[in-house]
Amino acid sequence: MNDFTDAFRFIADNTALLWTLTLDHLALSGAAVGIALALALPLGVTLGHVHRGSFVSINVSNVGRALPSLALISIGVAVLGIGFVNVMVALVVLAFPIMLTNAYVAVESVDQDAVEAARGMGMKPHEVLWKVELPLALPLIFAGIRTAVVYVIATATLAAVAGAHSLGDIIVDQATYRLPGVLGAAICVAVLALLAELLFAGLQRAVTPRALRSEERGAPTVLLGEPNPERTART
Amino acid sequence: MTGPLPLAAAQPVIPDFGRGSTCVRDNGAFCWDWVSDHWGDTLRPALMQHLQLTAIAIVLGFAIAFVLALAAHRRGRLTTPVVLVTGLLYTIPSLALFQLLVPFTGLSRTTAEVALVSYTLLILFRNTLAGLAGVPEEVRDAARGMGLTQRQLLWSVELPLALPAIVAGLRIATVTVISLATVAVFVVNEGLGAPIYAGLQQTFKTELIAAGALCVALALIADGLLVLLQRVLTPWTRVARSR
Repeated sequence: MNDFTDAFRFIADNTALLWTLTLDHLALSGAAVGIALALALPLGVTLGHVHRGSFVSINVSNVGRALPSLALISIGVAVLGIGFVNVMVALVVLAFPIMLTNAYVAVESVDQDAVEAARGMGMKPHEVLWKVELPLALPLIFAGIRTAVVYVIATATLAAVAGAHSLGDIIVDQATYRLPGVLGAAICVAVLALLAELLFAGLQRAVTPRALRSEERGAPTVLLGEPNPERTART
Repeated sequence: MTGPLPLAAAQPVIPDFGRGSTCVRDNGAFCWDWVSDHWGDTLRPALMQHLQLTAIAIVLGFAIAFVLALAAHRRGRLTTPVVLVTGLLYTIPSLALFQLLVPFTGLSRTTAEVALVSYTLLILFRNTLAGLAGVPEEVRDAARGMGLTQRQLLWSVELPLALPAIVAGLRIATVTVISLATVAVFVVNEGLGAPIYAGLQQTFKTELIAAGALCVALALIADGLLVLLQRVLTPWTRVARSR
């Protein structure tokens, strides 16, 4: 347990360094998540709205899950070279499939009766999308964002091996920081991931219409191999 | 093509110029002959270790998650605490979790296995439990009406019907573990993470790309095999679908 006492002492003694690296970590993750969002959401929502492209939208995340993040970052380094942008590209590649699949499944699986009813009320297709499908799809879309965010924050730790700065810098450099430093940084990364998870779980809850909030406690949902709702990616 | 690697400075690894082919000497993008030369001494052992790391983690993880799921199936109030704890473990980034275990289990294979097992628990527990919970109540009633005991009901009715959900969980867990086991290289120099990490520290990239590709291939093959397993174990779902 001495190791952990030393780890907390390291955190206390190096707050400036840890803070800088945390900001780097968040900048890297934030940029990757932002780009992945901008690419995946419009595409997934559109495909779900027109009920097209299920094979690609769903299988892309199955293949995405098989990509080892360390290998992906490493191959990114081999092909693109090291640095912030290249690591970010690798992170976008990891986050994109999760968001795409969830956005697609979310909109695609909206209760068709609700859609019919909206059409019957004379709504135009874009009104159906904005007023009916999107509000009902938001919880699952947010589940995808939450999974992707936690996944990206976790993977950004590995960015250290590819020349971008993150809290991983300390973890992979035991020669410099010794075990207490490595443990201290590992604790920071774990806390960061848990905070992100909590924040986005809260957001997900906030965007869930009250009528849909039943299944929160207890009754778990199946994580199926194919339609891939919720948390099925991991680093 | 690549800039100087920061890590390469500490430990320059120079390709074997002595015996190397033209491709290796010219530092080609990908050299098939390097792969065939080093299949036996680098890639195959790493692949075997990777398989072993994965298999042990899945077997142990499934055993733990299965027992927990059976218990929670019987006593519903166990569900929330188990989901909370396994969810917490699932959220901790792998690189951090591997390191946090080092004070307890050292730089060893045990550390790698404990972390990998902990990542399988949430998925396997949730899927097994959801599979059991998804068995229609009428089916249970019918089985009880036929005089099945609680134990017979579980093993010959509920578990077979839960199989698709359980195998779906195994697929996700297996692919996840295969991918994560590469990160174990930071605590134990085994598995495909070893050639990936070695490749990362040198300018010659064949080793890295070959090991990464092997890892992806392993994940896809394992996934395919589990789909086949499910087909074999649940012939009735196929009949229903073909109608």
